Amino acid sequence: MPDAPDSPAEPRDLGAAGGIAETSKALADAGYLADEPASLVSHLAQRLGKPVLVEGPAGVGKTELAKALARATGRELIRLQCYEGLDEAKALYEWNYRKQLLRIQAESEDHEAAGVMDDIFAEEFLLTRPLLQAIASEDPVVLLIDEIDKTDQEFEAMLLEVLSDFQISIPELGVIEARTMPLVLLTSNNSRELTEALKRRCLYLWLDYPDVEREVEIVRLHVPELDEDLARRLVDVVGMVRELDLKKPPSIAESIDWARALLLLGADQIDAETFRRTMSIIVKHRVDLDLVAERVGMRLAAGALPSGAPE
Amino acid sequence: MSGRGAASESSPAAVAPQLIAFCEELRSEGVAVGTAEILDAFAALEVVPWTDREDFREALAATLAKSQEDRRLFELIFDRWFFRAAELEALARGAEGDEGREGFTDDATQRFDLDELREQIRRAVVAGSDGQMRDLATLAVAAFGRRGEGSGVVGVDVQRIRRSLGLTPGSQPADGAAEEPELDREGVRRFEQHLRRELERGLIERTGKLPPARPLAELDRALPTSPTQDLAAVHRSVTQLKRRLATLGQEQRGRKRGRAVDVRRTMRASLETGGVPLRLRYRPKRPRRPEIYVLCDVSTSVTSASVFFLSVLHALHDSFRKLRSFVFIERISEITEVFERERDFRKISERISRDGGVADISGYTDYGRVWLEFLEEISADLDPRSTVIVLGDARTNGRDPHAAAFARLTKRAGRTFWLNPEPRLYWNYGDSVMAAYEPHTTRSFECWTTKHLEQFVDVVAGGPIDRRY
Repeated sequence: MPDAPDSPAEPRDLGAAGGIAETSKALADAGYLADEPASLVSHLAQRLGKPVLVEGPAGVGKTELAKALARATGRELIRLQCYEGLDEAKALYEWNYRKQLLRIQAESEDHEAAGVMDDIFAEEFLLTRPLLQAIASEDPVVLLIDEIDKTDQEFEAMLLEVLSDFQISIPELGVIEARTMPLVLLTSNNSRELTEALKRRCLYLWLDYPDVEREVEIVRLHVPELDEDLARRLVDVVGMVRELDLKKPPSIAESIDWARALLLLGADQIDAETFRRTMSIIVKHRVDLDLVAERVGMRLAAGALPSGAPE
Repeated sequence: MSGRGAASESSPAAVAPQLIAFCEELRSEGVAVGTAEILDAFAALEVVPWTDREDFREALAATLAKSQEDRRLFELIFDRWFFRAAELEALARGAEGDEGREGFTDDATQRFDLDELREQIRRAVVAGSDGQMRDLATLAVAAFGRRGEGSGVVGVDVQRIRRSLGLTPGSQPADGAAEEPELDREGVRRFEQHLRRELERGLIERTGKLPPARPLAELDRALPTSPTQDLAAVHRSVTQLKRRLATLGQEQRGRKRGRAVDVRRTMRASLETGGVPLRLRYRPKRPRRPEIYVLCDVSTSVTSASVFFLSVLHALHDSFRKLRSFVFIERISEITEVFERERDFRKISERISRDGGVADISGYTDYGRVWLEFLEEISADLDPRSTVIVLGDARTNGRDPHAAAFARLTKRAGRTFWLNPEPRLYWNYGDSVMAAYEPHTTRSFECWTTKHLEQFVDVVAGGPIDRRY
């Protein structure tokens, strides 16, 4: 999703004073219209200091929620993008071998070997990776662990220490504890079942496609120039497309892109012709294109308006 | 409703026994609620204005239900549990309920005659007030229950009640009060949902248990029997397997630990830095990239299974580049190319049935002949790194099984697995000659649910072998 038009004013703690309504408002100010469960869970996460596991279909704004939280709280966002084969050297920390070797070489003449050994396992030889960075940061951050389901189970096990105790053990150095409490969000597309141990440590939030009203609001928030009737119509059509059994249903970001495109083209009505020309913005698979053109295109051409559309 | 209980003014601790009993209930329905979750739930209630029903529910859900499936169960149990708790509370207080807010006694429902009810519902639907709709749905259900029109089937009852209330989208009120706005489809749909909820709740109350359906059972269900039936379900579970297969060869990659230093190349590289080995060179780790040969029986005796098997093949093709697939009935035919060219599963199965060229004369499977052909044409490519997977029921229709040929074939290949779509109980009955082949395979599996398939993947992936299967 594109960034919100406005940026955060000053850092603030969402949870301390207010309730859920304040959290919801702060998120809205950051350009994210959260539904009730989402704002409630964000509120809880702040107050309880627990990580949140966000699941849901692709493109409903899971990652965006983390970004919005960072903007709303004025915290820095540290992002760990997960992929197959991600290991601790890329997620936690790594020793800077070259620097260590140089140190050994430089000091070998005037120091004893034992002294150098202690010396080279110090923090200055540590290359911090996102997790350690989030833990060691002076200011509170928002840590986003994106697409956790793409990693191997072993990696999940490694995360447990970080998520429950907010600390990282480095054998040569000892335990590094969090100086400030990071706000942790994990996202998953549900492509594999996550382990119970991980789930136990998290709050759970299921994000689904928003209902028509909310999506109209979202589209209007990001593309304010778009006429409201047209936005409603657009969301209705996107809803129709989502109902089909597609390889990749259109996400919210794609609704917004489509709205922008319609604006650029100066279209004031979504008819069969406009739809045919622009549908590649919301549908991105060849097979899907055929299906959508056939089903939705036909309905538009026949003049059958989806429910709620202006007549 | 829960929020209006006796303890609504005091601290969450007052609901502790209730909440723990609720968690017990969740556990008994198979939601894994640990002590950690319960503590979280209490912590959450400390910071959430839990007198609001929705917030209360969401806070509990976020801490107790950790998957979609759990969430669904949670909703059912939540409704049942707190509905009953509110009922008891109301009875204990002897409250009649202002405007029937909670605990509808017969008195309360009798106050409304049907027309008034109809009018109220219509107004609530137009106003879109969820709370009112919920209460009115309860009244409607109660009213219709008294008239003895319930069929006992929730879906039927919902429509019956809706029709007799005259709630049709876009319709005008029956008595011609023209100033009333029209009902929109969305509102009616929402009211129907409330009706459904209330009816289900009633059903739960009557029978004392949850509706039996748990969608997770989908995975345990036997294989689909026709291409149109639930192919999506199979595909879903196969994609999960695919992911695990796909990570197989790669998990070794990028793992520094346990890599061997290549001394020769390290020394060579150190020349750049004046003989100091600044950069370590490692011996490349060559992941075992198995070459897989899949032989799939597509004869009529395994029709139901072959749809499933073909979709497995389809998934395998996505993850392994070195995969060659064959289908056979009487003869064997390579279809690797079909999978490579076509992406759509339906088209693939069409093409296979059209130009597979696997049935020669009778259309009955001839395993013996298939082995001989495979040996003759392809076995030269087999080496100890290759894996052969056979998908078939080993029913030879009384022909020579040529077990010796199969044995030679398995010797050439590194590993051979056999997936049999029949339950183990039926093996070797009738014309099944599984016993002749089984000793030559690395392992044989029965494979008639996706669960079995997962078991198989576990073994192939080197995971723990569950001896029960």
